[in-house]
Amino acid sequence: MIAGPLLRSLDRGATIFLAIVIAAAILVPALNLLVPASSPLHVPTYLVSLFGKYVCFALLALSIDLIWGYCGILSLGHGAFFALGGYAMGMYLMRQIGTRGVYAHPILPDFMVFLNWKELPLYWYFFEWFAYAALMILLVPGALAFVFGWFAFRSRVTGVYLSIITQAMTFALMLGFFRNNFGFGGNNGLTDFKDIFGFNVQSDATRAALFASSCVALALGFIICRMLVTSKFGKVLVAIRDAEARTRFLGYRVESYKLFVFTLSACMAGVAGAIYVPQVGIINPSEFAPANSIEAVIWVAVGGRGTLTGAVLGAILVNYAKTTFTTGLLAPYWLFVLGGLFVAVTLLLPRGIVGTIEHWWRTRREYAALRRNGPVRRPAARPAE
Amino acid sequence: MDARTTTTLLYLNGVTVSFDGFRALNNLSLAVEPGEMRAIIGPNGAGKTTMMDVVTGKTRPDDGDVFFDGAFDLSRLDETEIAELGIGRKFQKPTVFDMHTVEDNLRLALKGDRRARSAIVWRESAEERTRIERLFETIRLTDARDRFAGSLSHGQKQWLEIGMLLAQEPKLLLVDEPVAGMTDAETEQTARLLKEINRDRTVVVVEHDMTFVRELGVKVTVLHEGSVIAEGSIDQVSANERVIEVYLGR
Repeated sequence: MIAGPLLRSLDRGATIFLAIVIAAAILVPALNLLVPASSPLHVPTYLVSLFGKYVCFALLALSIDLIWGYCGILSLGHGAFFALGGYAMGMYLMRQIGTRGVYAHPILPDFMVFLNWKELPLYWYFFEWFAYAALMILLVPGALAFVFGWFAFRSRVTGVYLSIITQAMTFALMLGFFRNNFGFGGNNGLTDFKDIFGFNVQSDATRAALFASSCVALALGFIICRMLVTSKFGKVLVAIRDAEARTRFLGYRVESYKLFVFTLSACMAGVAGAIYVPQVGIINPSEFAPANSIEAVIWVAVGGRGTLTGAVLGAILVNYAKTTFTTGLLAPYWLFVLGGLFVAVTLLLPRGIVGTIEHWWRTRREYAALRRNGPVRRPAARPAE
Repeated sequence: MDARTTTTLLYLNGVTVSFDGFRALNNLSLAVEPGEMRAIIGPNGAGKTTMMDVVTGKTRPDDGDVFFDGAFDLSRLDETEIAELGIGRKFQKPTVFDMHTVEDNLRLALKGDRRARSAIVWRESAEERTRIERLFETIRLTDARDRFAGSLSHGQKQWLEIGMLLAQEPKLLLVDEPVAGMTDAETEQTARLLKEINRDRTVVVVEHDMTFVRELGVKVTVLHEGSVIAEGSIDQVSANERVIEVYLGR
């Protein structure tokens, strides 16, 4: 039942993309673990973690592209779902520390002992089991997106108003998580992780495995998105993006479509955050900062919205640039570069990198067809507002 | 009069809609019989589009009854529910899905299961294929099948939109200014298309173009300031003093 839609979703571009992701999942860990450190081909462990971080950001970008590029929902608060997934993972990792914490308390994480808490709050229960934590990684961002979307989409909040309330949502969560009595470690967040599945989080092998898992998650997320956007569901999403009222008058329940895709996207963002946390070793409330969510939207705009591969490319390129810029002399100017990049892309490259290439390719093919068999009109392709 | 006992397909009684104190519809009453084609004319601001908004659920009336098919109170339903009852609407400005091909536009409009979860696993059936082929013949866009709807000419977009309405298989079709911006030849062809559609569906056309209305040759309702001021054949209403006054001014 799933084979047909799967094959349909994997065109040449998608297959090449998946091949690259899988190759990276194998090559990077291999070059890190199997090639001796003296060899020029050796990939140092810090780079493995850095690449892993990029891949997690790419998955976040993918989740934004699914709703923005295909359905016209511009969420400026997607970092919240990413951070919630990250916190769920962080809670699992905290419970793995056991008596190795500074205060050596068998159950309570350090920050709770420090705050003089006597017992574990209810919402920290069961997080010592990964299966439960994994469920929460999907469920918490998903449930928040579902409730938020249920109210927003039913009240027909669209466009810039929706963007503003998503922004308010992530800001409110940030303020909440900064508070000590919220029970998530206040402004220090969750850190000092020791083990994941019984393996040392710091070891090279674990880091390589985490990188490979990030790639697998990205590949799976990409396949799910492709299957969705190539189905009739995906066509309805684009219809909603381009002419919402028309779609409604055709009898489609626009809210249901938006709610489904928004919730799915939040779950994907949650998974990205969950795999991100063990690789960077910390999760704190600054992940909820509105600026983070806006930055993620810029990645998608740079790569090209409504292309999926563009979102991934944009996330990796912009973050690579950020790494380069924020280490060294140019560090103070990074925000100017980021802002300039957004203005430049909006003015000069409104389709983004991949979008522009796709458009050029299609135009060229149509001109070739025109020369062969007479007039074929060029589509007035334009991205969503 | 009890709407539930009539055979009337669309029944509006005493409908009033105000926007910030401005009465867009003022005690409007109208009855359209099954199988009828009705033209609605009136100067700018007469309330033609607001009337369509009320019937399709976009605007809720402040007062009055709106019944469809005898039993359905449209003032309590939303756009999606009304579309599912069998009321299709063509907008004033042609609204098609620019980034989809002509064929996909028709496919999305085709009557069928609209639920999100069915759309994920949906596969085209042979029966749906034949329906799409038949629609292509009616709207004469077979050659443009694979083109993006955004690249169609204005007239072709209008026909595509009418085709999408037909694909919905509605009982009642509301058509808002179908010939605005069309050439004479296109206008003529549109009149023929609407008459063809009227053979098995009820049609309400809102129009400015009097030549076009004359060409349709159907019963005409004249709106002014949100109420009906005259009803009858085109010759009858154009002889009506009140209508002349409204159209030409004093």
